[in-house]
Amino acid sequence: MNKIFEIPLYPYTRSPDQDAQTPVRRKVVVVGAGPIGLAAAIDLAQQGIEAIVLDDNDKVSFGSRAICFAKRPLEILDRLGCGQEMVDKGVVWNLGKVFFGDRKVYEFNLLPEEGHRRPAFINLQQYYFEEYLVKRARALEAEGAPIELRGQNKVLDVTDKGDHTVLRISTPDGDYTLEADWLIACDGAGSPIRAMMGLDFVGRVFEDNFLIADVVMDADFPTERWFWFDPPFNKGQSALLHKQPDGVWRIDLQLGWDIDKEKEKKPENVIPRLRAMLGEDVTFDLEWVSIYTFQCRRMEKFRHNRVIFAGDSAHQVSPFGARGANSGLQDTDNLMWKLGLVIGGTAPETLLDSYDTERIHGADENILNSSRSTDFITPKSETSRIFRDAVLDLSEQYEFARPLVNSGRLSVPCTYDGSPLNTPDALPGGPARTRPGAPCPDAPLDNGYLLGDLGCRFTLLTVDADAPDTIDEAGITVPRLALSAADDATGALAARYLGDAKSAIYLVRPDQHVAARWDTYDETATRAAIRRATGQE
Amino acid sequence: MADLNLKPNLAQADDVYADLLAAHEGLSKEDSDALNARLILILANHIGDRAVLRAALDAAKSARPAG
Ligand SMILES: Cc1cc2nc3c(=O)[nH]c(=O)nc-3n(C[C@H](O)[C@H](O)[C@H](O)COP(=O)(O)OP(=O)(O)OC[C@H]3O[C@@H](n4cnc5c(N)ncnc54)[C@H](O)[C@@H]3O)c2cc1C
Repeated sequence: MNKIFEIPLYPYTRSPDQDAQTPVRRKVVVVGAGPIGLAAAIDLAQQGIEAIVLDDNDKVSFGSRAICFAKRPLEILDRLGCGQEMVDKGVVWNLGKVFFGDRKVYEFNLLPEEGHRRPAFINLQQYYFEEYLVKRARALEAEGAPIELRGQNKVLDVTDKGDHTVLRISTPDGDYTLEADWLIACDGAGSPIRAMMGLDFVGRVFEDNFLIADVVMDADFPTERWFWFDPPFNKGQSALLHKQPDGVWRIDLQLGWDIDKEKEKKPENVIPRLRAMLGEDVTFDLEWVSIYTFQCRRMEKFRHNRVIFAGDSAHQVSPFGARGANSGLQDTDNLMWKLGLVIGGTAPETLLDSYDTERIHGADENILNSSRSTDFITPKSETSRIFRDAVLDLSEQYEFARPLVNSGRLSVPCTYDGSPLNTPDALPGGPARTRPGAPCPDAPLDNGYLLGDLGCRFTLLTVDADAPDTIDEAGITVPRLALSAADDATGALAARYLGDAKSAIYLVRPDQHVAARWDTYDETATRAAIRRATGQE
Repeated sequence: MADLNLKPNLAQADDVYADLLAAHEGLSKEDSDALNARLILILANHIGDRAVLRAALDAAKSARPAG
């Protein structure tokens, strides 16, 4: 049987655009069919906006890449129509163990908060994730949605023409030219488009190498995350063991800086290392072995007129904390409703500047978190190693030290505090977690979950408050979702949306972030908040 | 939130100081450094107030003789 990463999923076929006398103009061209490009195109297609995806390859992601997907991206994927498949296939985990030297120092249970449709995290190979996205794109295409995947279409050159971009593309049949009203650059960390446009990508390179191996084994290791600091089988370094579906295990072994990558990657060097880690009697096969150096960096601006960067092309983090694909999905989730309103002529182009403000805020938060994890895992000085080891020693006996152990802070969505789209908080006693800018937390309802009912459009969520059934303002139709604290017997809805307030009204954006909130309905204020949230004020 | 107390606050200052030295007695430099680090972390947790800890860090940094 062929492995899924060997099968062309979107093989090259000749497009009529290649035979056009004058270059064809497309609404949106997405460069890169990685997870972020595919998510971008699906989102647009669901809005009925034409999206052409170009990729220089025709298969899913190669090698060991993302495995850990957090709740927020799963919620986003629900709206893109592939959340269920991810969760069905993925491995749910809550337990972890931390080892220091030759001993286990403690174990933990993430104890996820109740009352959410989606688990806190799943583990799933990136190639499955991409496969589900491709399938979803194909299903939309079959329904007549304006989405197209073009494999083996390599972008050679882009030119900014002010109100559109011109792309030079190479294919197995030769080159062609295509025009795009909007270009979304999801061409990965090495982004050729970023380089073609001469744009910066600055940050920190961590002087360290990690051997990342995916091994297939029939071992009965439990479904837990095991992290070792300075283990006997990898002296002075760290190691991670994590389960994926299909009996595949992810192993990260820190190697240090001065190593011979080609040599370390050879099976005859990898296998003894893994034996020492897993035990002599465990049999396993290597699925993938790669060596990575990690970096934390971002572009200064993600939007460059009509070329907009999203995902790894815009920002890159070390993988401790699983923030790469997770945050990339939040990029497109943030961008696509805005782009939809701009393309539809409802909102001014300046609305897109809020993508920069909000997602740069998100990227900085991710970079900060993963830099801190990396500093804990790879102490940069003697003193930082002394403190790191002190934390680990203390953590064995004293609970207080465990929150200081940082082997990756798992990805949580960021709150867009200070965003120009927010209206100042007007819900006295309201919970901080649902303040303007915050992503809406899920809550169980009688027949389903809140986030499913919020959907992908502006919504006026009322909890024990009156308001009109719909409001039309500045080209935006906002339906009301009328709930009562009594709709959720567990009390989660009240705890998350009312706090100490008796009633609440939330203006929720299409990406399910809170734009504004009040205790009672005020028509003038609501209309102003809608204009503000869509950049029309 | 309490301010950082930089006034005398130890009833038996000499005893406390002697306890500190005794704890390090006979330790290698490496073990002493590790002990100090554990002690700082335990005390930091006990104080439990980032503003006070930052004030303490500033006070510690500025107490070096000039030059
Ligand atoms: C070891 C490792 C572990 C990771 N673990 C996690 C994790 O647990 N959770 C998580 O969220 N993230 C994780 N990540 C990060 C995650 O893999 C990336 O963030 C994610 O793949 C980024 O997706 P993307 O679509 O932005 O870019 P990519 O996946 O890199 O896709 C870019 C696409 O653009 C195409 N392309 C490039 N140039 C051109 C061109 N000129 N013309 C046409 N097409 C082009 C490429 O072929 C590719 O398909 C991990 C990464 C690594 C390396």
